[in-house]
Amino acid sequence: MLKIENLHARIAGKDILKGLSLEARPGEVHAIMGPNGAGKSTLGNVIAGRSGYEVTDGTITFDGQNLLDMEPEDRAAAGVFLAFQYPVEIPGVNNTYFLRAALNAQRKARGETELDSMQFLKLVRERVKEMGMTPELLNRAVNEGFSGGEKKRNEVFQMAVLEPRLAILDETDSGLDIDALKQVAEGVNRLRSPERGFLVITHYQRLLDYIVPDFVHVLADGRIVESGDATLAKELEAHGYAWVRDRRPTEAHA
Amino acid sequence: MNAVASPFVESMQAAAAARLPGGGPAWLDDARHQALRAFIERGLPDTRNELWKYTALRALQQRAYAPRDDEAASRVVADELLRLEGCEGPRAVFVNGVFRADLSRLDELAGSIALQPFSDALEHQPEPLRFLLAARADGDDGFTLLNRALAADGLVVRVADGARVPQPLRVVHVGTSAVGAVAWHLRDLIELGEGASLSVIEHHVGDDASGHLANIARTITLRARAQLDWTIVQHASQDTTLLRRTDCVLHEDAKLDFHALELGGKLARHELRVDLAGDRAQFASRGAFVLDGRQHGDTEVLVTHRGRDTVSDSLWRGVAGDRARGVVHGRILVQPGADGSDGSFYNKNLLLSPMAEIDTRPALEIYADEVKANHGATVGQLDDNVLFYLRSRGIPLEVARRMLVRAFCAVTLDGIQPAGLREFCETLLAEQLPEAEA
Repeated sequence: MLKIENLHARIAGKDILKGLSLEARPGEVHAIMGPNGAGKSTLGNVIAGRSGYEVTDGTITFDGQNLLDMEPEDRAAAGVFLAFQYPVEIPGVNNTYFLRAALNAQRKARGETELDSMQFLKLVRERVKEMGMTPELLNRAVNEGFSGGEKKRNEVFQMAVLEPRLAILDETDSGLDIDALKQVAEGVNRLRSPERGFLVITHYQRLLDYIVPDFVHVLADGRIVESGDATLAKELEAHGYAWVRDRRPTEAHA
Repeated sequence: MNAVASPFVESMQAAAAARLPGGGPAWLDDARHQALRAFIERGLPDTRNELWKYTALRALQQRAYAPRDDEAASRVVADELLRLEGCEGPRAVFVNGVFRADLSRLDELAGSIALQPFSDALEHQPEPLRFLLAARADGDDGFTLLNRALAADGLVVRVADGARVPQPLRVVHVGTSAVGAVAWHLRDLIELGEGASLSVIEHHVGDDASGHLANIARTITLRARAQLDWTIVQHASQDTTLLRRTDCVLHEDAKLDFHALELGGKLARHELRVDLAGDRAQFASRGAFVLDGRQHGDTEVLVTHRGRDTVSDSLWRGVAGDRARGVVHGRILVQPGADGSDGSFYNKNLLLSPMAEIDTRPALEIYADEVKANHGATVGQLDDNVLFYLRSRGIPLEVARRMLVRAFCAVTLDGIQPAGLREFCETLLAEQLPEAEA
């Protein structure tokens, strides 16, 4: 589904990713761990198409399509979803209106019929219930005045409505207390399915107690230096990232 | 110093030589001649005038205008142009500056309001207008002087003490094709008696590309406890020059609620002066302008707090794309003795292209004690992070931009009443949003 080969990317003249390769199949959950500055968020942003990043070498294909040639909105329509590390507030844009515009834009781009407001409302109500969202948040402006936990939960809620094929969670655990973390993890687990892949980007092992990954990759200095199963996260927690740095870099083989 | 002889000034002199309605009473002729002389001496406002600092009129100087549209009284106007969905009540219609009884619908207002076209008042009973037309006012500029010299039509509206007009009065200004570019000068006089209330919708529309000039001067008086809601919906044709000056006086406990959506015109300027003369008088304004191409928009909101415990509260949003230029000037002046006044003026602006420009100047002048006064102004661009957020959810770039510009302006439309008018404004705004450049 997702195939990244020898990816090199830089921002503001600074090389961040230096030959990253990774492959993820439908149904798999890949955790990307690593110290600050390793390039974790850059990876998520480059896959989703944020401007400002320059890809100097390598490829990203998604279901055989060259993702790097596509606009962010086209990547979204193809099934890529990025849960932001810092979800933005959009005063004046109603949450429900925004989400309907997003879903219908994606459906239109895929040649599917758009949902009318009744159909959409029905869908949203179901998802709100499943995610344990406060329905009142739907009537507010996107993320405006939301607490940190509400913002992250809203990201997962959007994911539930948009039903992407590849979901990238960029430090979705950061800034959350343990209760909020559990709620967010439950939301994500509910969305796990044989058709959907996940990249879970995190600094801490904590989140992976609740979202148990199939594969764990350690990112250091712009490349994946170690890959393993969920137990690798535990080892990292025990030994720290310095332990990986001392080891010989290997290619990911997931 | 005499004004530089220019095609503009010459065409105005020629207009003054033509007969105007009410040519009769000596005082009126005198007042007009004096105003014309003053205009010729002074000329058009130039950028040394603080209130015209960012609105240069060099191009206008080179234009000559016909003094009137001879067919204005009979021009056919498409009904579609006059429609305002959600607000199909009473209306007064002006076509190329001429009142049109045949297109107006004023019967429903009978009883609660005295309404007379200015042309009619000049013709038949000019005496009550004498105080207004004969007196020289402070703050007259070239356009108000021209208006004094040349105003041929407009509206005289009086609402009796205690009368509450149930339906909004819509005043429609239509610019439509004539032989050439026409200049018209309209004078409105609006007076609400004690405890009276009225809603007015000032609606500008156009269907042509003949480059008319509309010069409107307006005097509004709100007696004690009177309440006026005023909403501007301006989508005049893109080559119209629209100059408006509104002078409002609010007596004790009077209230003026003002909304504006300014979209059309090549040059559209409104100088709104609000004198909070009586204790506890209140003024609120919410407005947005959206400019594209080479449009120039200028909003001047000049508030004077004179009574005690008076309140003014203004919130404006400006958007400029392409090579458009916007100007916002919000001034709050608190006079000695206006203790307990509370004034605020906030303005945020959005530039959608590198060549667009908006100049905003909030200003406070305070000469009283225990006053609350706040102001703020910003000029910015669409936030790339927010755009990326929307696109990452599948919303195409252009749709995302429009969504954000609409949201930016929406806060100024929220309070528009009735709901049908607000929805119309929202739709109009959505239709006229300029394209942003990366």
